[in-house]
Amino acid sequence: MSPTGAEFCGLQLASPVINASGTFDALAALRTFGDPVLEAFPFAAFVSKTVTLAPRQGNPPPRLWESPAGLINSIGLPNRGRDGYLEHDLPALARLPVPLIVNVMGFSRDEVAELVEAFGARDEVAALELNVSCPNVESGLVMGADPAETAALVARVRPLTAKPLVVKLTPNASDPAAVAVAAQEAGADAVSLINTLRGMALHPHDDRPWLGGGTGGLSGPAVRAIALAQVAQVAARVRIPIVGMGGVSSGHHAVDLLRAGATLVAVGTESFRDPAAGRRIAQELEEIRNRLHNSPPKSGQSRPDGSEVPANRRESPLPASGSYTSG
Amino acid sequence: MSVPSIAAAADPRRTVAPFGRRAAVVTRAEAIGPYRLLACADPAGPAPRPGQFYMLAAARRWGGGEEQRPFLPRAFSYLRRRGDELEFLLEDVGPGTARLAELATGDDLWLTGPLGVGFAAPAPGRTPLLVGGGIGIVPLVAWEDELGAAASTLLGFRDADHAVAARLAREPALATDDGSAGRPGLVTDLLEERLGADDGATVYACGPPAMLEAVRALAARRDAPAQLAMESGMACGFGACFGCVVPTRRGFVRLCLDGPVLDAAQLDSALVAGAGH
Repeated sequence: MSPTGAEFCGLQLASPVINASGTFDALAALRTFGDPVLEAFPFAAFVSKTVTLAPRQGNPPPRLWESPAGLINSIGLPNRGRDGYLEHDLPALARLPVPLIVNVMGFSRDEVAELVEAFGARDEVAALELNVSCPNVESGLVMGADPAETAALVARVRPLTAKPLVVKLTPNASDPAAVAVAAQEAGADAVSLINTLRGMALHPHDDRPWLGGGTGGLSGPAVRAIALAQVAQVAARVRIPIVGMGGVSSGHHAVDLLRAGATLVAVGTESFRDPAAGRRIAQELEEIRNRLHNSPPKSGQSRPDGSEVPANRRESPLPASGSYTSG
Repeated sequence: MSVPSIAAAADPRRTVAPFGRRAAVVTRAEAIGPYRLLACADPAGPAPRPGQFYMLAAARRWGGGEEQRPFLPRAFSYLRRRGDELEFLLEDVGPGTARLAELATGDDLWLTGPLGVGFAAPAPGRTPLLVGGGIGIVPLVAWEDELGAAASTLLGFRDADHAVAARLAREPALATDDGSAGRPGLVTDLLEERLGADDGATVYACGPPAMLEAVRALAARRDAPAQLAMESGMACGFGACFGCVVPTRRGFVRLCLDGPVLDAAQLDSALVAGAGH
C-alpha cells in the first residue's frame, strides 16, 4: 500500500484523516459549496453527526462560546431521528466518495440496540460509532464514564451487527483507558477519543451560564495536549485500533497522535475555521510521512546483516503498530 | 446515481461558494465615522447575492490576542462588490472585529463565501422599503444598488458620528437616537409613518435585535411582507456546527444555511438569544 493510505477495521482508506462526529455536515456542505465537496472530499471516511431514535431539536441558543484557543458548544444532538435519517440522509450520503460511519446514541441499551440493528442492516453504512460520551446529554455521560456500563452496552449490541463497532470515549471519565479496555473485551472493534471536555462560560453581564444548555463541551487547540495524553494512555492498554482526535489543526498534530498510537486521526473544530481543513491536514501529513519514508534509515532500523527491521519493531518516530501503513 | 444533486437547484437568492477558505489581500482599509471599511481582492470568488455573507479571519495573529482570541472566523455581510473587489464594513466590538479593524492595505485575509441565503425580490407591484440600523445597514447597500430607483431607504444611527455611514446609501431618510443628525428618534418611527402612507411596501431590514423585532411586529400589524437579515453567534458559516440556530415556526433553523435573511412571517420573535454580543 502507498504510504498515504490507511487500513481501519477492514476498511481501506485513502488517508488516515477522517472527521470528528458533529463537526462536518456533508449535506449542508454540498448545499453551500456544490459538487466540489464530492470531488475534493476532505476526509477519507465520513462520520455522521449523532443519530438518536427519536428526532431532537437540540438545546436552546446560545449554543457557542469562543474560549481561549477553543470553543465551548452546547448543541444538544439535534437530528432527524432514526427514521428520518434512514429516509432522507442515508440515500443522499450514498453519493459521498468515501465510507460512511454512522454515529448513534441511545438513552438506554435497548435504544442503542435498535439503532445498531437499523443502521447495521444498511449497505450504505460501513461502520458504526457509539456515542457514549456526549457531555451535553445527561445519559451519555453515564454509559461512557464507567467501564462496567460500557462493557454491558457493547456486549448488548455486539451480536446485532457484523459491521465494525467503534466506541467513542469520553475524557470526562476517571479512567478512560479502563473504559477502553472494557469496550475491547466486550467486542468493540475500535475506540475513538477524545470527545469534548465539559466546560462552562458565564454571561458577560450577570452570573447566569452563557450557554442555553448550562454547560457545554470544550474543543479546539485548547484540548490538544489532553487528547495526546489520553490517546497514549489508551494505546498502552488496548490492542484494537484507535481514532485519535482533539485540537488537530495541522499535519504535525496528526503525526503526533499517530505516534502516540492512533491508527486514524479525526479533524473537528478546525473544519469550522476552514471547511476544507481535512484535505490540507491529510496533505501535510502525507508530506511528512513521505519525507520520513524517503529519508535514510535511522540507526537501529537495519540489522547488521543489512536486512530490514520489521516495521513493528522499529524505533520509528511514527507508530509501528497494527494497521498503520507508513512503513 | 439516482439521487439528484442537492447543489444543482438554482436559487436567485444565493451563489454557491468555492469549497474551502481562500486567501485574499486587503486592497483598502479606511475609516467611515467610527466604522471601518475593509476591501479585498477576490478574483477567485463568484459574484455574491445581496444579503449573503462571508467568514473572515486575519491570516496572521488570529488567535494571538488577549485570552488567545479570536479563534473562530467572523461572519460579515458584504457591503458591495465592485469588479473583483469585495467591500466589508465592520465595527470594533470584540476580539475578532478589533483584529480585523487593525488590518491595512497589503495584509492577508482568509475568506470563505459567499454563504447563506440573501434577499428575495418583492412580489410584482410591491415597493421595496429598506430599513437599516447601525452596522446593520451593510447588506442593504448592495440590495439598494440592485433594486435601483424602485427602492427607498430608511437608516437609523446612535448619533451624527455614526450617521456618517449613511453616505454609503443613496439619499436615505435618516434618524438618530440623540437627534444630532436627521430626525430625532428611531428608524422604526420612520418605518411606521411610511407603512401608514404606503400599504404596498415589502420591508427589508437589518439591525440590532430589538430593532428587528420592532420591524417584525410593525410589519405583521400592517400585513406588510418583511425579510430580516439576522445575526447569531456562528462558528463555521456552512451548516457544520449547528451553533447559529434561531427559533422559527417550523423549529430551529441554522441561520448560516437557511438565513441570514429570513421571512419575518416565519418568526414569533426576532430577538435571538446571544445575538449582539
